[in-house]
Amino acid sequence: MTTVTPPQTRSARPRLRDRLVKLAEAAATPLVPADYLDLVDPLRSGAALRARIVAVQPETRDAATLVLQPGRGWAGHVPGQYVRLGVDVDGVRQWRTYSLTSPADRADGLIAITVKAIPDGVVSNHLVRAATAGTVLQLDQAAGDFVLPTPRPAKALFVTAGSGITPVMGMLRSALHELDDVVLVHSAPTADDVVFAAELRALAADGRIRLVEKHTDVDGMLGTAELDALVPDLAEREAWACGPTGMLDLLEGHWESRGLAGRLHTERFRPLVVAAGEGGTVTFSRTGAEVEADGATPLLQAGEEAGVLMPSGCRMGICFGCVLPLRSGAVRDLRNGDLTTAAEGDGVLVQTCVSAAAGPCDLDV
Amino acid sequence: MTAVLDAPAPAPATEMPPALRVVPSTPTPGSGLTRAQVEEIGRRLDALREQVLASRGQADADYIRGVIRRQRQLEAGGRALLFAGVLPPAWLAGTAMLSAAKILENMEIGHNVLHGQWDWMRDPEIHSSTWEWDTMSPSEAWKHSHNYMHHTYTNVVGKDRDVGYGILRLSEEQAWHPYYLLNPVLNVALSLLFQYGVALHDLEVEKVLSREKGLGTVWRQLKGIGRKVRKQVVKDYVVFPALAGPFFAPVLLGNLTANLVRNVWSHAIIFCGHFPDGAAQFEEEQLEGESRGQWYVRQMMGSANLDGGPLFHLMSGNLSFQVEHHLFPDLPSNRYAEIAPQVRALCEEFGVAYTSGPLWQQYLQVLHKINRLALP
Ligand SMILES: Cc1cc2nc3c(=O)[nH]c(=O)nc-3n(C[C@H](O)[C@H](O)[C@H](O)COP(=O)(O)OP(=O)(O)OC[C@H]3O[C@@H](n4cnc5c(N)ncnc54)[C@H](O)[C@@H]3O)c2cc1C
Ligand code: FES
Repeated sequence: MTTVTPPQTRSARPRLRDRLVKLAEAAATPLVPADYLDLVDPLRSGAALRARIVAVQPETRDAATLVLQPGRGWAGHVPGQYVRLGVDVDGVRQWRTYSLTSPADRADGLIAITVKAIPDGVVSNHLVRAATAGTVLQLDQAAGDFVLPTPRPAKALFVTAGSGITPVMGMLRSALHELDDVVLVHSAPTADDVVFAAELRALAADGRIRLVEKHTDVDGMLGTAELDALVPDLAEREAWACGPTGMLDLLEGHWESRGLAGRLHTERFRPLVVAAGEGGTVTFSRTGAEVEADGATPLLQAGEEAGVLMPSGCRMGICFGCVLPLRSGAVRDLRNGDLTTAAEGDGVLVQTCVSAAAGPCDLDV
Repeated sequence: MTAVLDAPAPAPATEMPPALRVVPSTPTPGSGLTRAQVEEIGRRLDALREQVLASRGQADADYIRGVIRRQRQLEAGGRALLFAGVLPPAWLAGTAMLSAAKILENMEIGHNVLHGQWDWMRDPEIHSSTWEWDTMSPSEAWKHSHNYMHHTYTNVVGKDRDVGYGILRLSEEQAWHPYYLLNPVLNVALSLLFQYGVALHDLEVEKVLSREKGLGTVWRQLKGIGRKVRKQVVKDYVVFPALAGPFFAPVLLGNLTANLVRNVWSHAIIFCGHFPDGAAQFEEEQLEGESRGQWYVRQMMGSANLDGGPLFHLMSGNLSFQVEHHLFPDLPSNRYAEIAPQVRALCEEFGVAYTSGPLWQQYLQVLHKINRLALP
């Protein structure tokens, strides 16, 4: 036998720990010990990751920053990354994604997101207007590759619009001291709608960044020729862009046409929808629910509306948090129109947030 | 484990004629309603349901989370007090708290969560697909026998297996057999061992006898029940007594008492839901081509409410609103109280019986029926 027996003292402790855990489980059944511990401390280490709202700070008339105390399992983030948040709105758990706007290593361990309320937006309006300090939210670890590289680029350009400033603010707050030459071109409807206006303008006044504000209500939308004129050395800069779909499409086309595609990094808040399914009856076979869904409704939404416990994440096709086996039937990818079919027992994995029914289909959930 | 084997023996079900009396069926089971009236009742009840669905919200979510939190505190507190159970006041208080916790868990929380009443919150921790409850019956099996069999075929003799739980004679139309002389005794046994009775009930032993169900399926189900029973028994009769060391006896006794109290209470509430005088039973033909409206009428006629205050409703899991629960099994239980007056008014308007009474009265009626039906 080649098995190495670890020294007594080392193994005794984990074994004792295991036994205690077993005992606690036997005592808590049919619940789990965590169900009782959560009553005392929902943010303790070992608990499902959660966050408590510490403060809600208004930013503009329709945006607010939420300062959060993450649970002890929080693994930290790289500026520019986002988190998934599970928020109970009118009693219903809704998951959305928000970029972190706080610097990476705040001494107090707090993190922050900044949310802009969009018309009829369920979660954004709740967070901006109704969320209160003390509320506990569900949280997931930070993710995303919209981040600054190390070593830092000599010259950086950020092009943002509206709430798209959020991941960039996270980067600036963390790493501006490591960036020598920063240009930020930011669009907002009016001067009052600029999120983080005071902080950005102060940085510009100090000469730490060059800030170009575009107030689109009077100035109109940012055009590519205008951008070239505003930033003559654009080709020399590593660029990050975040904002509405139209702007990002325009910028990607522009960088590509100038042969600079690799130097532009974009973060999208919404999926690029190009196709529609045909619609059909969606069966959630484990749950036993069945709904008629049209070809534009993501399976995720159809399931949620039918009360099915659908796993979810970014809701835009990037995190794979919503993947489920398609037992049979056909679904269409809303981003590119691709058709995925499965025959009885195949269990093809599909992203429910960007797939719609293309005929009858059966999901294993 | 042996408790399973000691549980009440299954009935000689093959000797029970399947469907019997009762209320003439289509289109208006014993109610003297016209088809149009039945459909009007259906429309009105659908509208009532929509009204509640549209107003579900944060207050309801806060309600169930509050009940769950209080239940867990009660259980933890009760068990902690039982460690000091050598002192009689501590034993009494601990046992009372644990009994109340178990009742709350089964009645207001487990039963209703497993009905999917809270699935709309999309909280994986309070969801019918993930909940496991503090009783012998594994929730997966119970959801089939209860949510589907009982709620679909409510009080249809021969179909709804809650009519007598396969061991008692609870309908005039179940043919008498000398076995039923044991009706009163078996009822007491079922009451005391109710959680085992419910678990075994899922096995549908009578279907095995009539070869409708294979032994393999039963064996698989039995193993599932066995696993659950083992965990439950180990918790209440091994782990907690052992933790009390030399004071194990009061803990064991307290846990046993709490389980008994919960059994007797839930048996009483559940039997009073469908078997007091006034709650009708139906024959299988009733089911053929039954419309939504007819289904509603059958649910109302086959169920009986219990009168009481808010605490009583809570401890009965709001099954004191059995009529409303049977009309809308998946509406949050905390909303039954507010729709009950509207359902009652609807029944009055159309002359449909709406049975309701205090627990003691309804239970006496049930006991009387059980005794009477012991004889031919
Ligand atoms: C990686 C990532 C990072 C994000 N970071 C942030 C952030 O830092 N701050 C922030 O405020 N938001 C951010 N979002 C967007 C956020 O996740 C939500 O989509 C947004 O808050 C809207 O949610 P809602 O529930 O209010 O709207 P919903 O109720 O889901 O939608 C209401 C209506 O608005 C439309 N809609 C949905 N999203 C948008 C949108 N972004 N712009 C315009 N219309 C929309 C919907 O199609 C629908 O018609 C991010 C998204 C992603 C994917
Ligand atoms: S929810 Fe992120 S990929 Fe679908």
